[in-house]
Amino acid sequence: MSSKNYIALFLFVLLGFAGVWRLQERIDVQQSEVAREDDQLMLRSSKLVKGLSLEYAPLVADIYWTRVVQYFGNKQAENQVDLRLLWPLLDVTSVLDPQLMPVYHFGSTFLSDASPRGAGRPDLAVELLERGLRANPDEWRLYYDLGFVYYFDMKDYAKASAALYEGSKNPKAFIWMKAMAAKIATEGNSTETSNFLWQDVYNTTKDPLVKQNALRHLQLLRAEDDRKQIDVLADEYQKRFGRRPVRMSELVQSGLLRREPVDALGYPYILSEAGRAELNLKTPLRDKWIKAPGSK
Amino acid sequence: MTRIGTVALNTFREAVRDRVLYNLVFFALVMMAAAILVGQISIGIEQIVIVSLGLSAISIIGLLISVFIGVGLVSKEIDKRTLYALLAKPLRRWEFILGKFAGLVLTLTVNTAAMAAGLFLALFYVKRSLEQADTVVLIAVYFILLKLALVVALAMLFSCFTTPLLAILFTAGLYIAGLFVHEMRGLQGGLIDPMLGRLLRWISYLLPNFENFDVMGAAAHGRVIPGALIAQNTAYAVVYCAIVLAVAMAIFSQRNLK
Amino acid sequence: MTELAIDIENLTKDYPYGFLHLKKRRSLESLTMQVQAGEVFGFLGPNGAGKSTTIKLLMRLIFPTAGSARILGKPISDIEMHRDIGYLPEQPYFYDYLTAAELLDYFARFHDFTAAERRERVQRMLKKVGLESAGRIQLRKYSKGMLQRVGLAQAILHDPAVVVLDEPMSGLDPVGRREVRDIILELKKQGKTVLFSTHILSDAEMLCDRVGVIVGGKLQGVGAPSELVGVKAQGMEILFELPADAASGGELLAQATRTGDRYRLQVEESGLYTAMERLGAAGAKILSVTQVKPSLEEYFMHLVEADRAQSAAVEVRAK
Repeated sequence: MSSKNYIALFLFVLLGFAGVWRLQERIDVQQSEVAREDDQLMLRSSKLVKGLSLEYAPLVADIYWTRVVQYFGNKQAENQVDLRLLWPLLDVTSVLDPQLMPVYHFGSTFLSDASPRGAGRPDLAVELLERGLRANPDEWRLYYDLGFVYYFDMKDYAKASAALYEGSKNPKAFIWMKAMAAKIATEGNSTETSNFLWQDVYNTTKDPLVKQNALRHLQLLRAEDDRKQIDVLADEYQKRFGRRPVRMSELVQSGLLRREPVDALGYPYILSEAGRAELNLKTPLRDKWIKAPGSK
Repeated sequence: MTRIGTVALNTFREAVRDRVLYNLVFFALVMMAAAILVGQISIGIEQIVIVSLGLSAISIIGLLISVFIGVGLVSKEIDKRTLYALLAKPLRRWEFILGKFAGLVLTLTVNTAAMAAGLFLALFYVKRSLEQADTVVLIAVYFILLKLALVVALAMLFSCFTTPLLAILFTAGLYIAGLFVHEMRGLQGGLIDPMLGRLLRWISYLLPNFENFDVMGAAAHGRVIPGALIAQNTAYAVVYCAIVLAVAMAIFSQRNLK
Repeated sequence: MTELAIDIENLTKDYPYGFLHLKKRRSLESLTMQVQAGEVFGFLGPNGAGKSTTIKLLMRLIFPTAGSARILGKPISDIEMHRDIGYLPEQPYFYDYLTAAELLDYFARFHDFTAAERRERVQRMLKKVGLESAGRIQLRKYSKGMLQRVGLAQAILHDPAVVVLDEPMSGLDPVGRREVRDIILELKKQGKTVLFSTHILSDAEMLCDRVGVIVGGKLQGVGAPSELVGVKAQGMEILFELPADAASGGELLAQATRTGDRYRLQVEESGLYTAMERLGAAGAKILSVTQVKPSLEEYFMHLVEADRAQSAAVEVRAK
């Protein structure tokens, strides 16, 4: 073949792939209209999937696991809150390969966390973790995750404490778990405990999505703290000037604040009409904020 | 053109004489059993079961034929040296490749059409009627055929420069990779290195995207498939086959037969 | 000047081998050779000498490392060249799911014949190669010799001006070989050019206008068989019988070779009469006296041995 022909072939292939690329973008649009979601999980029955995967169940579990991560990642990217498929996907995955640890850690985190960060189903998270513990009784980390779900999302401090205590019996477990179990048993919810737990997740998790989520929680906890302090200052302002401040600059001018306070992402806090501190309307933290019932 | 047609018809004749179409009997048995079983045990989901089962069988049987015969199209002729006398005729090598491709696609078309007819028979048996909405099943069958053509082209490409066994592995591998293109593209958002993410995205557009042709869910549930998707998928298969075959023809035109 | 049917110039072929095909083995070394139009040309050489390589290069089944060739004035890369050539591959094999008639019909379709022409030609060819009764049997049931005949039929199906046959006699019984010889002679009579390779020398001697001898990838000699072997007689051979009561033939008898009742004795031409007189005196009955000519085989063996001795390095590619 002459070099001329080579160039012609090269151009043809190049042009062809350019065409393929363009077509693919259009097909993607059409395909999303044909509702991909149902198709993503044609087989929801974990027993059926396990039967169909023969001796390759762990391999199929891996595929399902990538689908879980995929599904959740896409939902996050699209800022969608509908996580209905998260449980069936985790269900199938954990049945196919009960030893696949990331499934429990990741799954319980996002199943239990409240919308919009997670699916808001702590009950299913508990079910998943208990299934994990039946298959892997020596995995103290599952107790750790279980304690987490009870503490943060079910507000059941007795069970949270019990789970952490159970896990702490394992010699490999974090040494603080026993102490934390005792602390939760006596104090229940506390900012200090929450901060500690999330910080620990942040430091120890290997899952980037979980790590990101922990960071968000830490940022939100800090914002919560900041707001409380600003509110205290606003009370002080009211005492001095006889009215609630409506702008943050008023607090600065009065000398109560050295400069306008910002959240973890650098967005200044704002004051509501009632003179209460709030997150900036533009800060991404707001998207992950769990709105109190009744408020906008 | 006539020469390509001549090769194509002979390829079809070979498939028929090698009893490739016997798989239809197997398919008929599966569909009959499914229809009878479904008719007895399930109410309301006959359509879903029959259509999913039928389309899956059409797809799997078609894939087996495409990969195994597709790889053998060229390599078998070289191995058995049947090609030697043929290439001494006024037949260009690229015409041979195109003819072989067309021949197997023709075989697959006949085979798939027969299976589709069987599927509709089973559907009619359980529903006692056919509706307008059932045309979506026909579209799904058409998409399977497009997919098979692409698989044949890939199998031929690989068999042009490697051993049949490796060609089968490559084709199967690329097919499986092509089913996860969507996943590859979605692997972003802090999960992996952004550079790697971009690279994967690029690759995902270059890989043959076999997900495009999967509308089994829509077909089973009788959802409408937009006309634009039919046109685009057709164009996609044609363009992709053209690329693959062009490379195959270029390689084969320079290959030394042993 | 006679027209050239096949004109080969410096044709060279290296086969890569070894891991990653990095090493090269030369299987044809700068072959330059011409075949005149209307000539029957025999291409001789031991197995692996490069005969098939040359023919495959001409048929564009493999591509040369260097050099060029023209057939009927057209470069071999020109597809039009294939309209006027017929080719019988070595140990041919065809689609075994077809009958001989179907195969020939399939091949004929590449030559733009009408359906009627195709039918007529296929029947004629089957008859010519002696397969008219087997034309409706699938080729998978054919013997090697029958396949050889089908191969010959497809090679001459379209009345080509140049016919290239790779080992046309191999795998055939004596009757089949005779028939192939007849077909080649008939092609010659029709003015066709025939190039065929063989390692059976008697065939070449009987049929060829000229032969080319190739050993170890190199062309060692081209010419008419008689030219190559030389016309000078090497001596005389006396064939005689010795009655049982005959006297001892002395030293002469000791030199003779005995086969059955007969003896053969080779002598110098000058010593013929003395030898005959002495044999007569011994009571021998002389049956014939013939001139001994060197055969192509001797010439061939001479070349092969010379090649082996000269370059042990040239590996003969084992088939």
